[in-house]
Amino acid sequence: MLGRIHSIDTFGTVDGPGIRFVLFMQGCALQCQFCHNPDTWDTSIGRQATVDDIIAEIEPYVTYYRSSGGGITVTGGEPTLQAPFVAELFKRVKERFGLHTALDSSGFCEPRNGEELMKHTDLVLLDLKQMNEKKHTALTSQSNERILRFAAFLSEREKAVWIRHVLIPGVTDEYEDLAALGRFIGGMNSVERIELLPYHRMGVYKWQQLGREYPLEGVPTPTEQEVARARSIIDQAREQAK
Amino acid sequence: MVMKHSEVMEQARANEPWRGFDGAKWKKNVDVNDFIERNITPYEGNDRFLAGPTDNTSQLWGAISELLYQERQKGGVLDIDVNTVSSITSHAPGYIDKEKETIVGLQTDAPLRRAVQPYGGIRMAADACEAYGYKLPEEMERLFTEIRKTHNQGVFDAYTTEMRAARKAGIVTGLPDAYGRGRIIGDYRRVALYGVDRLIAGKKEEQLQLEVDAMTEDVIRLREELSEQIRSLQELKKMAASYGFDISAPATNAKEAIQWLYFGYLAAIKEQNGAAMSLGRVSSFLDIYIERDLAEGALTEEQAQELVDHFVMKLRIVKFLRTPDYNELFSGDPTWVTEAIGGMGLNGKTRVTKNSFRFLHTLYNLGPAPEPNLTVLWSAQLPENFKLYCARVSAETSSIQYESDDLMRPHFGDDYGIACCVSAMRIGKQMQFFGARANLAKALLYAINGGVDEKLGIQVGPMIAPIRSAILDYDEVVARFEIVQEWLAKLYMNTLNVIHYMHDKYCYERVEMALHDRDILRTMACGIAGLSVAADSLSAIKHAKVRPIRDERGLAVDFLIEGEYPQYGNNDDRVDSIAVDLVEGFMNKLRKHQAYRNALPTMSVLTITSNVVYGKKTGTTPDGRKAGEPFAPGANPMHGRDRKGALASLASVAKLPYTSSLDGISNTFSIVPKALGKDKDARFSNLASLLDGYTLSGGHHLNVNVFDREHLLDAMEHPEKYPQLTIRVSGYAVNFNKLTKEQQLDVINRTFHGAI
Repeated sequence: MLGRIHSIDTFGTVDGPGIRFVLFMQGCALQCQFCHNPDTWDTSIGRQATVDDIIAEIEPYVTYYRSSGGGITVTGGEPTLQAPFVAELFKRVKERFGLHTALDSSGFCEPRNGEELMKHTDLVLLDLKQMNEKKHTALTSQSNERILRFAAFLSEREKAVWIRHVLIPGVTDEYEDLAALGRFIGGMNSVERIELLPYHRMGVYKWQQLGREYPLEGVPTPTEQEVARARSIIDQAREQAK
Repeated sequence: MVMKHSEVMEQARANEPWRGFDGAKWKKNVDVNDFIERNITPYEGNDRFLAGPTDNTSQLWGAISELLYQERQKGGVLDIDVNTVSSITSHAPGYIDKEKETIVGLQTDAPLRRAVQPYGGIRMAADACEAYGYKLPEEMERLFTEIRKTHNQGVFDAYTTEMRAARKAGIVTGLPDAYGRGRIIGDYRRVALYGVDRLIAGKKEEQLQLEVDAMTEDVIRLREELSEQIRSLQELKKMAASYGFDISAPATNAKEAIQWLYFGYLAAIKEQNGAAMSLGRVSSFLDIYIERDLAEGALTEEQAQELVDHFVMKLRIVKFLRTPDYNELFSGDPTWVTEAIGGMGLNGKTRVTKNSFRFLHTLYNLGPAPEPNLTVLWSAQLPENFKLYCARVSAETSSIQYESDDLMRPHFGDDYGIACCVSAMRIGKQMQFFGARANLAKALLYAINGGVDEKLGIQVGPMIAPIRSAILDYDEVVARFEIVQEWLAKLYMNTLNVIHYMHDKYCYERVEMALHDRDILRTMACGIAGLSVAADSLSAIKHAKVRPIRDERGLAVDFLIEGEYPQYGNNDDRVDSIAVDLVEGFMNKLRKHQAYRNALPTMSVLTITSNVVYGKKTGTTPDGRKAGEPFAPGANPMHGRDRKGALASLASVAKLPYTSSLDGISNTFSIVPKALGKDKDARFSNLASLLDGYTLSGGHHLNVNVFDREHLLDAMEHPEKYPQLTIRVSGYAVNFNKLTKEQQLDVINRTFHGAI
């Protein structure tokens, strides 16, 4: 089985616990306006690799991952587009190294296609970008209907989840949208953590390299106060919904 | 008042220098390591016992900061005493603020006033004076050109035509032929533990043992050197006396131990303007005295920290008079007052003490600084609390470097120090002849161009047939490269032999050698630059198609690369094995040659900041690096070519065999804070795990920088906002503001792990 790979990072520390091997899959179905890796969208490019290839790339660093309580995170792109490959990889990582596995996903995945993958996944880092369906479509080119169904599917299975939400001033930070997000999370089982990621502009140069117009031109990064405000809105709504 | 007999006895006991110390061996013979092993108190606890700065400390550091500011405003040198040739006793005592200083002693009679030290070379001293608006008196210039010869003149009297050409072309560069070689560490602890009289007696005894049958050249030289050593020890006593201290007997408490030890070091830096004047491994030695004082109730933790802070302040203001082009090679006015901290004993117990923490804690009490060059000897067995504290200090100050004790201990025992950046040596038992480095990337171009220098256009290397093919053939290039390296290794060793013969003759390190055993191991510390450029070039030739573009002289001045090739820094054996072969191959070639004074040839992969100068002097290389572009520092992969993250990059470097590079393998690692983890605790523990992993995988040295690129760009624009911004470069640290613009850009352009 072959997977399409964008790149790897042997020292990831921000996508799950501990030090992690981070595998960036090539290809994504969404086209988020704030994406900092637009070079991972195209599903027809990327290096083709077998599960064995990736296992061999992980092997030299296993002591780092093990001793720091880390593991492997597969992200992208959208890793669930290649769910069978990732499932096989996670299965092998578990058998071979006994490492913790995390999937960083937009959730844009038909639940039945994720069944096998979830058997071998310890943690899902789930990006909920926007609860308002219309705004979601405008922001990412797709409806959030399937994403919310995937979230419900994870909740039913009581899968450990870290919710991630990119806070973009004027785009994802309206009171009603944040409260809706909080309420939705409040209805989910086994959400261990909510990570508010302040929007940043570090990926803009990649849009330029790809000759694409950057749609969020002029949008500022949120201030610390704005992040604190958003957190308190989400937390409050979550508590009330529990 | 008449004292009772018992009171007299008690007072005598209280002043007895070795009271309460265990062991017999070190009392009978000079053996500092035995003293440490028998009396050290290993510390496994955390940093909560540490004390902040006293008022005196803050005021003294304030005064020094003001002077350092004035020095920067004046263009890098505050003042020069042009009228006095520096010696151990040349200057009257100097103070910063006599009432507040618990540890005293300056190189001249005023802080930051630089001394003239002409024995390495009078040109260097005269040019340096001129560059900063001073003038050396004509009488002194005449004295050191017509009447007393210097090291520099001696070397050039003996250099061959080929050596001069190689030097000019930059195939060997940074040679200590016009300045003091440095990299010798006196065992300054001996002054504190034994007092100077005992050391003089020991040297006299050693000399007596040399009244032998045959007065060979070796015996004559050694006898003369011992006489010089004894003389220097007498001068050391005299210098201390001028500050009001009698150091003929051993130190009786912590304050005296630090003071005695510092006088020993001060004598060395008054006498020698060496490239690196390292301190050794003193912190845990001094801890034994501090522990005794604390137990006797004679000292509080605040006072102990104050002593360390004041000592470290002195080490921060060690200054030498050097020229601006020296600064191009070794940027930022470094002195390499390297102090080795921590490590493990051969008995399995850690050598981490409370004083290991106190030394690192100076980076908070006084703020970050490049000197002393604090070097943690890292072992997987170090106490966890100490590991986490080190990681925290690194993440918050970017001021410390790490070297693998697990790698060095089997070679050097448990009482070695680090000279300069990465050169391990047993303290008081081993010294090195510093040999700068040979340019392997340029040597590869010589292999392609038939020994003709691509920049100068003249024959410098061996006259071999240049490669004429349209596409470079790997086997052909490798075969020619072998010939060029054989030539280079021989020329390089011979050149170093000339240099060190003359340095011993005209610029001998009297007091530093007085603090060594008589019979020591000498190493001839060669080095290479451009390792990653050479390895990637060979990989490109092997795995892609490299088409040389030749100019009208027939010299390959550019290369077209068709296809991809594996690059060093991605843990890819296809190219990493080439780098390993280069290191082993060049070391083996060096081993074929006789070194001066039967020195043992060794090698380092270290550039200091000369990677920029080397790059300038080297044409376009087959890896795609353009003419003039900097090399990567030390053993680092080239900027931006390590694309698989930090661990893959570290893994490539860790493959380089230490046994073929015993003088050290330098790796400088920069990472943005966010990429170390989301919160502080995660950052510290991830960094500690990373250091453990690098050590376990056989890595030798790691400079750790933790900051954002934006931070450095801002510091370039607004240096006044960052007076103490310290960054680690190849094997040492510098104040960022003191780097040249070119070097600042080189640092900024390097790989920052975690930058998106």
